[in-house]
Amino acid sequence: MTLLNDDQKMLQDTAASFLTEEGSIARQLRHWRDIGCKDGFGHGLWKQFAELGLTGICIPESHGGMGLGATEAALVLEEIGRNLTPSPFLMTSVVAARAIEDTAHAGHWYAGVLSGEAVLTLAVDEGSRHAPEQTALEAKRQGNGFVLNGTKQFVVQGSSAEMIITAARTGGSPGETEGLTLFAVPKDAAGLSVEDVALVDSSKAARLSFDGVALDADAVIGEVDAGWTPLNRALNGGRAGAAAELVGVASGASATTLDYLRQRRQFGKPIGEFQALQHRAAHLYSEIEIARAAAFKAAQLLDSGDEQAELHVSVAKAKAADVASLAVREGVQMHGGIGMTDEHDIGLFMKREGVLGELFGDVYYHRNRVAGLSGY
Amino acid sequence: MSDLDAFRSETRTWLEANCPPEMREPIRSEADLCWGGRNSSFQSEAQRCWLEVMAERGWTVPDWPKDYGGGGLSADEALVLKEEMQRIGARPPLTSFGISMLGPALLKFGTEEQKRHYLHQIARGEIRWCQGYSEPGAGSDLAGLQTKAEDKGDYWLVNGQKVWTSYADKADWIFCLARTSSESKQGGISFLLFDMQTPGVSTKPILLISGNSPFCETFFDDVKVPKNQIVGEVNKGWDVAKYLLGHEREMISGMGLGGGRSLGAATKPRDPLLRAEIAAFDVDAYAFQAMSERFAAMWKAGEAHPASPSMMKYAGTELNKRRNELAMAAGGSDALEWDSERSRGGKNARDWLRSKGNSIEGGTSEIQLNIIAKHILRLPGA
Repeated sequence: MTLLNDDQKMLQDTAASFLTEEGSIARQLRHWRDIGCKDGFGHGLWKQFAELGLTGICIPESHGGMGLGATEAALVLEEIGRNLTPSPFLMTSVVAARAIEDTAHAGHWYAGVLSGEAVLTLAVDEGSRHAPEQTALEAKRQGNGFVLNGTKQFVVQGSSAEMIITAARTGGSPGETEGLTLFAVPKDAAGLSVEDVALVDSSKAARLSFDGVALDADAVIGEVDAGWTPLNRALNGGRAGAAAELVGVASGASATTLDYLRQRRQFGKPIGEFQALQHRAAHLYSEIEIARAAAFKAAQLLDSGDEQAELHVSVAKAKAADVASLAVREGVQMHGGIGMTDEHDIGLFMKREGVLGELFGDVYYHRNRVAGLSGY
Repeated sequence: MSDLDAFRSETRTWLEANCPPEMREPIRSEADLCWGGRNSSFQSEAQRCWLEVMAERGWTVPDWPKDYGGGGLSADEALVLKEEMQRIGARPPLTSFGISMLGPALLKFGTEEQKRHYLHQIARGEIRWCQGYSEPGAGSDLAGLQTKAEDKGDYWLVNGQKVWTSYADKADWIFCLARTSSESKQGGISFLLFDMQTPGVSTKPILLISGNSPFCETFFDDVKVPKNQIVGEVNKGWDVAKYLLGHEREMISGMGLGGGRSLGAATKPRDPLLRAEIAAFDVDAYAFQAMSERFAAMWKAGEAHPASPSMMKYAGTELNKRRNELAMAAGGSDALEWDSERSRGGKNARDWLRSKGNSIEGGTSEIQLNIIAKHILRLPGA
């Protein structure tokens, strides 16, 4: 693995100071949660992302973006994870931006993403577990366009999005990767109903119902029946990004816990002096380092177009979710009673880990994929 | 074409022409490795020839300076050489504790004279080294060692006992920790080098649960060691010892890679529950491989924490133990055979039992966790 270059280190520093300052738990997550915000994130902060150029991180320079890749997005996402900053960065600037890359929709939507005005998202899951090839939502040809019928769930920021990239079946049967098509569905499409759902971490997702939603042919993203390619590209970007964010969540939870081990005194000394806790903290440190290495390797392989990228994206997502889960469980346990209170931040890390762990496939989904890609 | 690309192309051509086909076969057992030494006998003419041509170019130790028998390659060039060797499945021409442990310590702490004398011998595989660290009463508490080296004017007089000395019975020389002062625990240790043929040195192999005897007890009875055979200053051997341990731990962590092959691909588990466990293991193994690549790059660039080999050693050895547990499960009753030809002399079972030592040798997992807690996490009282 190659180390970060100077530009990447600078980006990392910028993202770290911006998110530690502006994106902190007190200023963002708790603030928006406690006032019952409908989006689950602050548009003001999203504008600041735009001013720094971060909303266009993966958008090509020819469209006015930064023209960077999964590696740079991972650097930002690790800081987002560390600060539990709610934002549309992963869904809009990574997943959606990748899905419409090199298509006619890029010209239409990139400007709004760059300015921080348009939130975009992806609707793929139809059941409670991630299974993109099982997509059943039907898109039937009608006249010059298509009519969509079916449901989607776990559509992150689905009720805040201007446009929802929707995976639908135009051919084949559920279970097949052929016959899928991606559609750009505007939020106000007739026949689309959006049920806004608050998740455990105070982020928002939506359940969508498509009841005869009629779309023009130009709503198709890429080619009809060949949606798997852009969908998989978007999902892999999202998985690598979620892995990096999970590494950030694990690091943030671990830092909070280490502080507590140094401060909390029992039996007349800091509890961090007890070897029973030291060894668990040291094990966790080691696991977080490994998860970070896996996340960056996956991002770098995606950026270089390596044929092993697919495998390593799944390795990264499975490992990062596993390790973040360990970090938050150890975090709450080592904090003792205070860790069970809403007042303390450690529980917020646990909630975020729960959602990110599930997003784009959980640990079991990705272990299974690693086995399949390794030939067993 | 960049210089590095040119180097890659030259290296590829040279390896194609010079690496014998037999030396591109996978390593099946310890016997396939070339350890060098005064008494070494080569397994084959190909093995002898491969060592000779590689040593000639300094490529047994590619990143050591040319003046000391190395190849003088930059970090990037050394990586290219490694990749090109992996590409054709070339075996390492020489495996030795001189290369992986003593050499780096001499490069940092040795006198010019010592470097010129010992490093060439290591690079050419002429002298096989063993490590005299642990003692019956000094395992995890290594600095509590009692082997004594008394200053007798023109020589050190060494008395005591070492244990777990890897391949002491096959080694030519030993690098050895001895107490030169009783006034301070860590500050009373010196780092000595001496010939295993010196009168008063004797060894006795220890039979392990694996049925093999890679380790020995080593006894020193009035062993006279010339005064100039000390590395670093008198009573400052602990610094050399710790530096060397970092390299030892880095080397041991490599076993976490398991040859870079997916365990599931190798065992094709059909039981769904076992498949699930092996898939979980493979995720950890691929992730550790990424860590190993990142660590190597950071270590070379000087960006790694000095205590990070402890983390690598801990993670790599725990992973290797798990790999062996799962390989045994996947092998079923076949894996329990001990000396049949079918089982290649009980390889599965012996590897499994041998792997239990991984998290003990070179500092136990618990000691590595202590080091991480103290030096990296800086937890109180650690």
